[in-house]
Amino acid sequence: MRELDRLRNVMRRDRVFNFVKEKRLPFAAGRHSVMAGELDISHGTILYVENISVSFDGFKALNDLTLYINDGELRCIIGPNGAGKTTMMDVITGKTRPDSGVAYFGQTMDLTRMSEYEIAHAGIGRKFQKPTIFPFHTIFQNLELAMAADKRVWPTLFASLNGEQRDRIADVMEIIGLQDMREQEATSLSHGQKQWLEIGMLLMQNPRLLLVDEPVAGMTHQEMDKTAELLIRLAGDHSVVVVEHDMDFVRSIAQTVTVLHEGSVLAEGTMQEIQADPRVKEVYLGE
Amino acid sequence: MAHQSLVLTMMKNDKGGITLLSILFALIIIIPGLNLFVAPDSAFHITTYTLTLLGKYLCFALLAVALDLVWGYCGILSLGHGAFFALGGYAMGMYLMRQIGDRGVYGHPELPDFMVFLNWSELPWYWQGFDMFWFAMIMVVLVPGLLAFVFGWLAFRSRVTGVYLSIMTQALTYALLLAFFRNEMGFGGNNGLTDFKEILGFNLQANSTRAVIFIASALALAMGYLVCRYIVTSKLGRVVIAIRDSEDRTRFIGYKVESFKLWVFVISAILAGIAGALYVPQVGIINPGEFSPLNSIELVVWVAVGGRATLYGAALGAVAVNYSKTYFTAALPELWLFALGALFIVVTVFMPKGLVGLWKQFYKKRFSQGKKNPAEILKTTKAGDE
Repeated sequence: MRELDRLRNVMRRDRVFNFVKEKRLPFAAGRHSVMAGELDISHGTILYVENISVSFDGFKALNDLTLYINDGELRCIIGPNGAGKTTMMDVITGKTRPDSGVAYFGQTMDLTRMSEYEIAHAGIGRKFQKPTIFPFHTIFQNLELAMAADKRVWPTLFASLNGEQRDRIADVMEIIGLQDMREQEATSLSHGQKQWLEIGMLLMQNPRLLLVDEPVAGMTHQEMDKTAELLIRLAGDHSVVVVEHDMDFVRSIAQTVTVLHEGSVLAEGTMQEIQADPRVKEVYLGE
Repeated sequence: MAHQSLVLTMMKNDKGGITLLSILFALIIIIPGLNLFVAPDSAFHITTYTLTLLGKYLCFALLAVALDLVWGYCGILSLGHGAFFALGGYAMGMYLMRQIGDRGVYGHPELPDFMVFLNWSELPWYWQGFDMFWFAMIMVVLVPGLLAFVFGWLAFRSRVTGVYLSIMTQALTYALLLAFFRNEMGFGGNNGLTDFKEILGFNLQANSTRAVIFIASALALAMGYLVCRYIVTSKLGRVVIAIRDSEDRTRFIGYKVESFKLWVFVISAILAGIAGALYVPQVGIINPGEFSPLNSIELVVWVAVGGRATLYGAALGAVAVNYSKTYFTAALPELWLFALGALFIVVTVFMPKGLVGLWKQFYKKRFSQGKKNPAEILKTTKAGDE
């Protein structure tokens, strides 16, 4: 067996012939040595977004955007309305195709060529701006549907839950604090609880990278604190990208902050550096 | 044993479904019994006309259940489901035509009358094989299934949804209507296929044959119900409802939405085809009128009246509307279309969950004393948050 593996390693086509590799490699990724389909974060960077431009009817939503997210990082992205935050998430999750530029997940996966469900399988989970859950399913079923599993049609038809999966759902329910509402329909939840349920659904997918769009919109202060705690706990095992308007909230969780403005990065650094930056003050904070 | 427990878990908490299956079981025994074994002058005798009429309702009920699967659960409002029903009917009709043999008006041993009339000298290639029952039965499933597959594959892959999809399905059935009207198509044109003699060697006019077809319709409805019930209670069923409620979310948690829609659409089309195949020997004719867009729209009304996303509600709606149609078109023929229109408006405005929803509401009001009130539930959840 080991001989066979060694032989396979010798015969790796992508190491021998350059043309087998993906054509448009991210500049910062350097040489890669992992086959397509598996996540390679050997360089410590989980997401490469380079020179992405997207325009809608002449309006440039993203303009030469370049951004790197490290593995295990908790990154906050802020910016005024129309700065391109949501469009950026659309590009990363395959909803919108960029006009130019590259987006890579790890060193090998070209996000601009994958469809939404493939990207979800690869390990990117996304929470929408407006809490998007399945209103007529129970909390339990919401989490069950999101759970990492074989999601093709026939296996889904005959799928049943095993003990391990039930435990996993129970764990996540505990993490998001909804363990007492297992059999309630999700439509009966409060706004904040819906937000948590959606985060819980992300966790069920076992993603490596979580994209979280405005997690505390419409939340009370207590709920906000709880959300902050939750996101900080998730970072490390997962990489988390948070897009948020609420500056207090960003201050409470931020390690690194990226400021977007008119579709490209205006500044990047710690919260202190950002707040001291005169350009940021001008477009965003100083109003 | 494993089979039994599967059915049991599936039907648990499904009072409506159990009621439906019990009624079907009772019908299978009682109706043919009263028709065949009770003297015609007895008060309990059921005429063959009534038997056939009920059999027709059962076919419509199966068709409604099939539509409910795609509309009620998956949110795909198909305004062309009559097309799949009619295609299944045509497949059966072609078999019945070939069974006539040389007993047609022109007495040709192989060609159906209308082909002789058109001066055709031989059977077109697509009529080959329809003299065999098994082949025709495969076609009953295959033809509607294949059309649904091709149509659905193109439509869902391009992410056509909502009203646009409904209009396209309507166009589909209209196009088929026009095509089947043409004599050159070789399906009997305007007149369709009729004058059937026998099925599997049994005389179609005989009471016993009619009774067997009635029983087959009831069994088909029961099986169709169980298949759909299995689907909607499986994880796939939950995914399909998820697609209805939030397609994007479903996509972003990793389901290939197009495949799921396509799968459900094809299953539904196949069930509709089977319903059509059972319908044709009972009414004795299939013509392009079955493709009429109006039929498909009426079908949507049945499901809406019964109650969407319940399956048994669709069956109930189909029978209720068709019974009133039979009654009205005899008593007040000029008023039927107005009554149908009014019915749809009343249902949409006042009872969005249909008859089933109305009954549930009534049931809740009368028997809800024992349950926890909402304020209490809220309290316990608040306490859990701290």
